[in-house]
Amino acid sequence: MAAVFEKPKSLTDAQLHYCPGCTHGIIHRLVAEAIDTLGIEGKTIGVAPVGCAVLAYNYFACDMVEAAHGRAPAVATGLKRSLPENIIFTYQGDGDLASIGMAETVHAATRGENITVIFVNNAIYGMTGGQMAPTSLPGQITQTSPYGRDVSTAGYPIRVCEMLSTLDGPEFIARVAVNNVKNVRSAKKIIQKAFENQVAGKGFSLVEVVSSCPTNWGMTPDRALQWVEEKMIPYYPLGIYKDRSAAGEGQK
Amino acid sequence: MTTNILLAGFGGQGILFAGKFLAYKGLLENKQISWLPSYGPEMRGGTANCSVIISDEPIGSPIVSKPDVLIVMNLPSLDKYEDAVVPGGKIFADSTLIGRKTMRSDVETFYLPATQMARQNGTPTLANMIMTGQVIRQTGIVSLEGLEDALGKVVSAKHADLLQVNLNAIKLGYGLAL
Amino acid sequence: MAEKVLMKGNEAIAEAAIRAGCRHYFGYPITPQTEIAAYMAKRMPKIGGTFLQAESEISAINMVYGVAGTGKRVMTSSSSPGISLKQEGISYIAGADLPALIVNVQRGGPGLGGIQPSQSDYFQATKGGGHGDYRLIVLTPASVQEMADLTALAFDLSDKYRMPAMLLADGTMGQMMEPVELPAESGSTVAKPWAVTGTGLARRHNIINSLYLDPEELEKTNYERYERYAFIEEHEARWESYRMDDAEYCIVAFGIAARVAKNAISVLRAQGIKVGLIRPITVWPFPKKAIAEAAEQVSAFLSVELSMGQMIEDVRLAENCRRPVALCRRTGGMIPTPEQIIESVKRLKGGN
Repeated sequence: MAAVFEKPKSLTDAQLHYCPGCTHGIIHRLVAEAIDTLGIEGKTIGVAPVGCAVLAYNYFACDMVEAAHGRAPAVATGLKRSLPENIIFTYQGDGDLASIGMAETVHAATRGENITVIFVNNAIYGMTGGQMAPTSLPGQITQTSPYGRDVSTAGYPIRVCEMLSTLDGPEFIARVAVNNVKNVRSAKKIIQKAFENQVAGKGFSLVEVVSSCPTNWGMTPDRALQWVEEKMIPYYPLGIYKDRSAAGEGQK
Repeated sequence: MTTNILLAGFGGQGILFAGKFLAYKGLLENKQISWLPSYGPEMRGGTANCSVIISDEPIGSPIVSKPDVLIVMNLPSLDKYEDAVVPGGKIFADSTLIGRKTMRSDVETFYLPATQMARQNGTPTLANMIMTGQVIRQTGIVSLEGLEDALGKVVSAKHADLLQVNLNAIKLGYGLAL
Repeated sequence: MAEKVLMKGNEAIAEAAIRAGCRHYFGYPITPQTEIAAYMAKRMPKIGGTFLQAESEISAINMVYGVAGTGKRVMTSSSSPGISLKQEGISYIAGADLPALIVNVQRGGPGLGGIQPSQSDYFQATKGGGHGDYRLIVLTPASVQEMADLTALAFDLSDKYRMPAMLLADGTMGQMMEPVELPAESGSTVAKPWAVTGTGLARRHNIINSLYLDPEELEKTNYERYERYAFIEEHEARWESYRMDDAEYCIVAFGIAARVAKNAISVLRAQGIKVGLIRPITVWPFPKKAIAEAAEQVSAFLSVELSMGQMIEDVRLAENCRRPVALCRRTGGMIPTPEQIIESVKRLKGGN
């Protein structure tokens, strides 16, 4: 009997610890599918963050390294410089990548490190219980912005893709979402492209995945996906922000 | 025997280079040697100094706080270090740049117009090596044989043409009878 | 015998690291160790290695963590304030049981401090530095020759025991030039089946990690690590005994302080005062046995340090309160003179 649906080989049999309705599971799957499709599992090394995805090293079947909070791009730089023929990816949340690890992110990008960065933006610190993230929306209520994010004291959300796409170093910067089937399909293609770029030696590729956190947003999973559509995506428009190869070499 | 040498002057006078040359010359004569520079922001145009020890014995501290030989190429260095010289020690001063004599009466002093001689010789940056030549003459801490070998170690291959002019400067300093 | 060359201590470290098979260096400029980075920047591209000037010391140590995870020899270097920034990464490297070399060419502190030589990071280097239960193998060179030799040894010990090693030098050792006979080419001889290199679909995935959410499991790994540490304390302590045979007083000093102490000992011996020196070459493991044995023989100890007095605590623990232990110190970038040490020893003598 032909199998019509299988777990990707690049995921282990470990049971995921994520909350009901969390989109990390979808994103793990998309990453694993890209690795399977490209046939690179045997030479891929992933870097897990600190945050909700901290245990990702148990879920991906490839070799894995657990990084300190925010340091995944630096760790990935070390891995890639040591093993340039291997495929190195980081999987990071918004606090990890855009707050404590912003320096590592920007500098890995501007060096054009030939790595793939999966950036999960759910506008909140999930693992520690729902504090304000660098990407929390203006007015968003969190444990540390109980009256809503006040931009006069807490500043504005950081649009990572827009910011990084101003740099000459990166090859590919894109934002996707996983709140509906159409967006998941598109996310799958773009995540795969981010890995293909690395296989082709093109350089730094980052895919921001606009994601949901029903638990800490205090919403049902369904309502959370709607909130992504209504609030998140207008602030964080989807699309390809930079594609150096598509734009033609030598441009800029 | 152990000779503790302190060289001091302005940054850019080649103080560290002269020290390095003496150190290498000592090394090639199978002596124990150490070379310790001052470092940090003071090197950027301020005072520079370095400690060189040439010895027949293993060297303890590389820091020369009581020099047997003091080589000074500006007045602040003479002011700062002349009292530190051991009784019976030797002070070499560039008299083009230092207008006074030492106050010490218990040391041997050698004043030579090294900067002026360097200018007249057409190598204005090599007063340091003229001083060094005179130091070799008066102290015998290293031999006059094989100067080229030691210079070859401290003059970079890129500037091999400078080897001969350095050699000439040392000999010029050595030849000066005071 | 190989030719002796004149090299700065910092350059000797860099060249010795390359000869020990290190092909990956990550750093950030800071005085007085920048010659190491400059040397690596020149050499690494020519031998197929990596020199990378990181955006911060924090990034540099995490790049080290990445390479260390792949099982290759890797190093970073910095000076005191930069080493403080690296402590997070050092703790992770220790927690993930990875070999790596960290060089600290110390300068005066605390805070931004100064740039002149110091030994005031002794506590940081030997008592943890970062968070958690862990140790570093800490080697303290006292000559340019040892800057080279102990670099090679640090890589070997680090590989052997799967833990980070630190070369704890000071600005004097980094900046001075002495003749050095460079060590022969070598490399890692230890199998590293734990390394992440890609599974090749031939084995279960390796995970480089220091996270144990189950406290029983974390406790177990800490106990196991400390069994290794106990073995190292038993077998890897290194020191030099200098004129200790008939010594009645024992100076304990490492690095530049030991060099100055030797001058003082020559003078004191000429005056008929029998002084010797125990120079720790490893400060973790600390040469406890050597100190304990000396306590049977001498009537007092003098700890000579470029700090307010840090190693003196280890001297006291090792001699176990049997003899008085005095302190001779300078701090902030100052270096004790032989005369200061001579005075301190004479005061010991007077105190008996």
